[in-house]
Amino acid sequence: MTAQLDINVLLDDLETGLRRVLEERGVDSPVIVGIRTGGVWLADTLSKRLGLEGPFGELDISFYRDDFSRIGLNPTVKPSSLPFDTEGRDIILIDDVIMSGRTIRAAMNEIFDYGRPASIILATLIDLGARELPIQPDVAGRTLALAENQRVKLRGPDPLRIELQETA
Amino acid sequence: MTANDPSPNHLQLTRDGQLRHFLTLDGLERGLLTDILDTADSFIEVGERTIKKVPLLRGRTVVNLFFESSTRTRSTFELAAKRLSADVLNLDISTSATSKGESLSDTLLNLEAMASDMFVVRHSQSGAPHFIAESVTPGVAIINAGDGRHAHPTQAMLDMLTIRQHKGGFGGLKVAIVGDVLHSRVARSQIRALNELGAEEVRIIAPGTLLPRDVESLGCTVEYDMARGMKDLDVVIMLRLQKERMEGALLPSEREFYRLYGLNQEKLALAHPECIVMHPGPINRGVEIESAVADGPQSVILNQVTNGIAIRMAVMSMAMGGQVAERQQKQSERGTA
Repeated sequence: MTAQLDINVLLDDLETGLRRVLEERGVDSPVIVGIRTGGVWLADTLSKRLGLEGPFGELDISFYRDDFSRIGLNPTVKPSSLPFDTEGRDIILIDDVIMSGRTIRAAMNEIFDYGRPASIILATLIDLGARELPIQPDVAGRTLALAENQRVKLRGPDPLRIELQETA
Repeated sequence: MTANDPSPNHLQLTRDGQLRHFLTLDGLERGLLTDILDTADSFIEVGERTIKKVPLLRGRTVVNLFFESSTRTRSTFELAAKRLSADVLNLDISTSATSKGESLSDTLLNLEAMASDMFVVRHSQSGAPHFIAESVTPGVAIINAGDGRHAHPTQAMLDMLTIRQHKGGFGGLKVAIVGDVLHSRVARSQIRALNELGAEEVRIIAPGTLLPRDVESLGCTVEYDMARGMKDLDVVIMLRLQKERMEGALLPSEREFYRLYGLNQEKLALAHPECIVMHPGPINRGVEIESAVADGPQSVILNQVTNGIAIRMAVMSMAMGGQVAERQQKQSERGTA
């Protein structure tokens, strides 16, 4: 299982997939936005791999979560930072893991409060399925089906590695 | 219960230590105050966006209950609530129901029956917000927007946010509060916050007639001579001379007060060269502060106003979060019982 989750292989696959989608859609100067925390590390890495100039964005979706009325405010919220004009831009939105799709919904709502992007491409390192909303990544490094007692987590930022935990 | 003892029955906190009312800084520890400042930092960024709004309090109703008028505090609370997507009702109680003979409790129960989620309360009586939270409408989050001479905790916290932005932290800081401490609810909250956050020295500079009895017990030193008091200061906070509260003969004259305790460039030069100048507003130019200082490079008075919105967004969303989490908890306990 661990060999299967070699971070470099997944990053290579993610990069290849992204290059293909960018080419298919004719996008030549995208900006990349990562969702805190794992997505931000990936935004940094992918930004370099794709040779994108300029800074990448960091989103903290705590103010947009749909479970505020159940659990209240996330106490460790940090400021979001999109240090570029998003209006009319092609955005690569990246996160480490996608499951229910709720994080991505919140992130897209937040992005639209900065302006109206031309398009958003969704990239995730790992797709765990188990979706609760009609949101699908355009590119995923790997699709995994985990057993109920398994958890996967991206650790980083230096070095990035994938941790697979099994609970009793 | 001592001031720092988060007992399980703490009025302001839920069982697991989340804010559910914001009435006073007494009893709130450094960790929570730092959480408020950190959350406010994130809200500052929201204020810089094209769409300055987040959906946290969407569908919730916030009532601004001002039993005592205030333009700036009310408008920053209103903007804060609107930027959190709440519906806001502004009630100037001094001119409405109470003049028809309705009691305070009845007014509040009526507002609660309209499914209000939060009351922002300003009152000339010390302890009024506390009373409401404890006895009248415990299921509504109460935010103190200034009560009598007691406390003005959001003002103190926005001042702390401003100090942290400019000085990076509180360790080693020498901070002076100058002027009418006797009538100031702001000063009391500031002294408490500065001590809890670890400022090195909190110094009060004021004439004896404008000091509360036993002021040192609040955790500060006292200096009657302003020139001596300005020495080595990193932060100087000027208080407004509360003319409307000056009923007795506490001062010989405004001009005399300005000569002795007004902040001008000459006196500011005695402080540390990077000393910042703060004022909770509204400022009386030429009474407690010279225009050249209020508008000068060391003044951060307008930053305080911007930070006021962010602090109020933080406190409102945290208290609302505590309330909903608590409701959820009670519901699930009923469910499993």
